[in-house]
Amino acid sequence: MLATLRAVKISREEIRHVAMLARLALDPAEEEAMATTLDAILTYMEKLAELDTSAVEPTAHIVEREAPWREDRVLNAPDTEALLANAPVRDGDFFRVPKIIE
Amino acid sequence: MTTLLHELSIAEAAARLRRGEVSAVDLTRAALARIAATDPALHSFITVTEEAALAAASDADTHLRAGTAPSQLTGVPVAVKDVIATAGLRTTAGSRILGRFVPPYDATVTARLKTAGAVIVGKANCDEFAMGSSNENSAYGPARNPWDLARVPGGSSGGSATAVAAGQVLASLGTDTGGSIRLPASYCGVVGLKPTYGRVSRYGVIAYASSLDQVGPFARDVTDCALVLGAIAGHDPRDSTSVDRPVPDYVGMLGAGARGLRIAIPREYFVEGMQPEVERAVHAAVDTLRGLGAATCEVSLPHTEYAVGAYYIVATAEASSNLARYDGIRYGRRVPGDGGLLDMYRHTRAAGFGAEVKRRIMLGTYALSSGYYDAYYLKAQKVRTLIRRDFERVFADADAIVTPVAPTTAFRLGEKLADPLQMYLSDIFTISVNLAGLPAISLPCGFDAAGMPIGLQIVGPPFGEAAVLRAARAYEGATDWQRRRPPEPPGGDG
Repeated sequence: MLATLRAVKISREEIRHVAMLARLALDPAEEEAMATTLDAILTYMEKLAELDTSAVEPTAHIVEREAPWREDRVLNAPDTEALLANAPVRDGDFFRVPKIIE
Repeated sequence: MTTLLHELSIAEAAARLRRGEVSAVDLTRAALARIAATDPALHSFITVTEEAALAAASDADTHLRAGTAPSQLTGVPVAVKDVIATAGLRTTAGSRILGRFVPPYDATVTARLKTAGAVIVGKANCDEFAMGSSNENSAYGPARNPWDLARVPGGSSGGSATAVAAGQVLASLGTDTGGSIRLPASYCGVVGLKPTYGRVSRYGVIAYASSLDQVGPFARDVTDCALVLGAIAGHDPRDSTSVDRPVPDYVGMLGAGARGLRIAIPREYFVEGMQPEVERAVHAAVDTLRGLGAATCEVSLPHTEYAVGAYYIVATAEASSNLARYDGIRYGRRVPGDGGLLDMYRHTRAAGFGAEVKRRIMLGTYALSSGYYDAYYLKAQKVRTLIRRDFERVFADADAIVTPVAPTTAFRLGEKLADPLQMYLSDIFTISVNLAGLPAISLPCGFDAAGMPIGLQIVGPPFGEAAVLRAARAYEGATDWQRRRPPEPPGGDG
């Protein structure tokens, strides 16, 4: 399955699409380098296609347990100043963001 | 005074502190002086916190004098990897994007070290967001291997390893997602342990790949490593993946020896192209363990060769999701772009992340994207099941698995930077352990002809830290590799 998918080399358009999904601005030289290295890495990963996993359950997490419960209690008293101190742009007690709705 | 730091183990320092032969403030001043003198060459630290360290040492002295010291770690200078949150102390994750980030709270492991009375002297250098095998991906410049400054210390917890190896601190914390504690421990000739997934809380640890990340200790011998593990292990309601299970007395169980231990040697961990000295040293270590009364047998972990591929899909997929939070709004730097929100996100992340982090975000986003999810992410999770089952089968008849930590000793700075895939393959012997969630230690088992340390990996079944440490201590007691010290770094006073 992997092998058939990877028969097509990763295109510049795919790189641009994935970069947009990941919210990363790449310049043309970075796009070029990214296409080359991702292609080499994905080609290496084709190796997984050698294994028949049709009857294998996936492992998402190694600790298999039900979602644990705990008291809904505030453990870190919110400190507005300490939290806002890390904001790149603040406005009073708010995080300032660029205009979202035109 | 600074020589004390090279010579003393934590156990010895604790005894001297209790007898009043040395104070915590003395010890901390010595650590700070040694860091000031040697760190220009080694670069183990991103941030040093002199004032807070001396205040903590002074508190420790009060307890030591009153006989109320909470643990063996009281008054002992330690370092914490810079992906672990420290309240009021800058935590960068080795990234430009968090260059001015000051956490408003402590990670659970930080809080536990403080409760134990340990003195945190600074934040250890690491690959950006713990992504790397050489420490060369740190936005603050690489740490250097004390055994040869032209070589890498290994990554991602490079600074945590070099600080311990060069006697800047007595112990440190690192994190291990695919080998990031064991590889630098091996390359720098110190002891490093990755606990079972769920043994140590990840609360307040900047996430890379959440189903794989674990925090663990670096120290100069197995006893100290057990001591620090005991201080940080245990259930934490604030990390839902931490397991509620008693923490054994790791130090108390160290002396049981290797007699009767069933040790398995997987044939897939001795591959073509590995450094012959590494292979010889590991075989010699197996002979030593056999001589100590362990029963050894060759086994197979047949899916080993698929681990690197599966890991770089699972880990990058999780990373692409975890790193979505760096959006230039609540913390970190911001680059406005054209003024719109989307452009601000794209340019903030482009300027804030380094090349390897961008590469892994791209790889993970690709693997999770529409049309590729089943072929990559789901496939990798299924291969993860096969790797886990390999280990389960072996541990049905064995107490521990012994392997090399890496196919070679430390490589030169710059040697693998141009070829990411070669860099990824440095972790070929450590990655399976993370996919299976198992505990594993790296400890010195020899040196190559160039004088670089070789690491032995001992892997245990889930929550088998005590057996791993016991085997490691038995081996260490029969050899003297851990007593060798690297050459005195430039600036040091010997």
